[in-house]
Amino acid sequence: MAKHETPLLDQLESGPWPSFVSDMKLEAEVRAKNEAGIEFQIPVDVVDDLMGVLELSYVHGRTHWKHGGIVGVFGYGGGVIGRYCDQPEMFPGVAHFHTVRVAQPAGKYYKADYLRQLMDIWQMRGSGMTNMHGSTGDIIFLGTRTEQLEEIFYELTHNLNTDLGGSGSNLRTPADCIGSSRCEFSCYDTNALCHFLTNLYQDELHRPAFPYKFKFKFDGCPNGCVASIARSDMSFIGTWKDDIRIDQEAVQAYIGGEIAPNGGAFKGRDWGAFDIQKEVIDLCPTECMWMEGKELKIDNKECNRCMHCINAMPRALRVGQDTGLSILVGAKAPILDGQQMGSLLAPFVEVNPEDDYAAVTEVIESIWDWWMEEGKNRERLGELIRRAGFQKMLEVTGIKADARHVSEPRCNPYIFWKEDEVPGGWERDVKEYRKHHKR
Amino acid sequence: MAEVEFKGKKFVVDEDGFLEDFNTYTEEWVEFCMKEEGIDTLTEEHWNVINILQDYYKKNGIAPMVRVLSKLTGFKLKHIYELFPSGPGKGACKMAGLPKPTGCV
Repeated sequence: MAKHETPLLDQLESGPWPSFVSDMKLEAEVRAKNEAGIEFQIPVDVVDDLMGVLELSYVHGRTHWKHGGIVGVFGYGGGVIGRYCDQPEMFPGVAHFHTVRVAQPAGKYYKADYLRQLMDIWQMRGSGMTNMHGSTGDIIFLGTRTEQLEEIFYELTHNLNTDLGGSGSNLRTPADCIGSSRCEFSCYDTNALCHFLTNLYQDELHRPAFPYKFKFKFDGCPNGCVASIARSDMSFIGTWKDDIRIDQEAVQAYIGGEIAPNGGAFKGRDWGAFDIQKEVIDLCPTECMWMEGKELKIDNKECNRCMHCINAMPRALRVGQDTGLSILVGAKAPILDGQQMGSLLAPFVEVNPEDDYAAVTEVIESIWDWWMEEGKNRERLGELIRRAGFQKMLEVTGIKADARHVSEPRCNPYIFWKEDEVPGGWERDVKEYRKHHKR
Repeated sequence: MAEVEFKGKKFVVDEDGFLEDFNTYTEEWVEFCMKEEGIDTLTEEHWNVINILQDYYKKNGIAPMVRVLSKLTGFKLKHIYELFPSGPGKGACKMAGLPKPTGCV
């Protein structure tokens, strides 16, 4: 018998999609029965009370969590999101309901054994409920009490060799697409770079020292499977400098219908026979492709590496071999001054694990030096760029302005010049002017 | 809201142990918080951070940004964590009686 009546929630158990309500009920039952004999460190009925408070929110159309919450572990300034219910008498199981962010492995590859050990900790010291994963990438332990935070942290670090993720005005947990682990489009090892930089900048991740939050994300190619261009202050997107590799035999196999286009992604509907002219050549944004007899040709110097042709014919077309990444900066959600996507800062940066990715870290650190000094309280990098100007960012990173930095040149004439660029400078005497121009 | 008593002084605090009202701060408050903030002995450096936080708050109505605190105290962030293991927000601001940090923390 459930602790609270949940008629509204119960409706969400029907339908084909996996129901979070059914899952919560299952977990509530597992805790109530406790067949494994676990010494629960927080209320056994935490899940029941969570369903209760959620049902109440469904009835009221309002949240029932109090404002904010500051909890954590010694040594770190973030990693735990404190939360308290505003009806603690009615739902004592969730009077404290803190979220613990746990650092996830690059690409989110796991072994069952590791996940089992994580869950052993969490069943005993938390609610048993999780979010796999938070939008930033962390493993999310959903709901525990303050007294358990240090206990969980001790077990994670001592027994599982696992750390917390980031929260607060710091470097948040970096995340990546699966990269070259299982994708032939990947232009660099996103897992390796993500892991390396996460380790390198542990201090920046655990102890907030920034004007505001800062995120890294690593996409292996412009398809953007981790959406770095929209969801990270610094977005690292793989690309290449040389030619797209063409296997002309495979091109013919696509044309002959032996290979389904786009890896068979459109098989659910009859789109007719594959038409390379219509589906690839005519859709190329720079119109740099054509057929010469039976040969597919690409004018690579006009290609903007949008991935469309490669996506359409993955067995015939491959990314180049001279690979690296582009760095884009400033993406953020709307608050305060409007949403932004990343703007291209460094068109091509070498990715070299041999020298500890020196070309990448140089750009990161020069940006941090600037933003940490100039950024206002709670000003994202994207907003500082708007306030101080893109030009300023080029100066601090030592990157030379070029045409690729803009989608179009400015259309207003409010152009600043540096004094030393103008013959004679700014120091002028009005009397000298009056000699030639009467009042 | 809970009320705690220490050395004859009463303090009203929230769930996270922050003072509800900055004006109720007394030096006993710092002594009271020490243990749960992982501090064995209070040094001049601790008081230095606390005093600077309070001055800044009285003058500006907000807590200083981390790098401003570093500049004002002359302590690097690392040293502030050595003094206050939970950091400048949960540790130092709480002990100085400042309001609880807010936002996306």
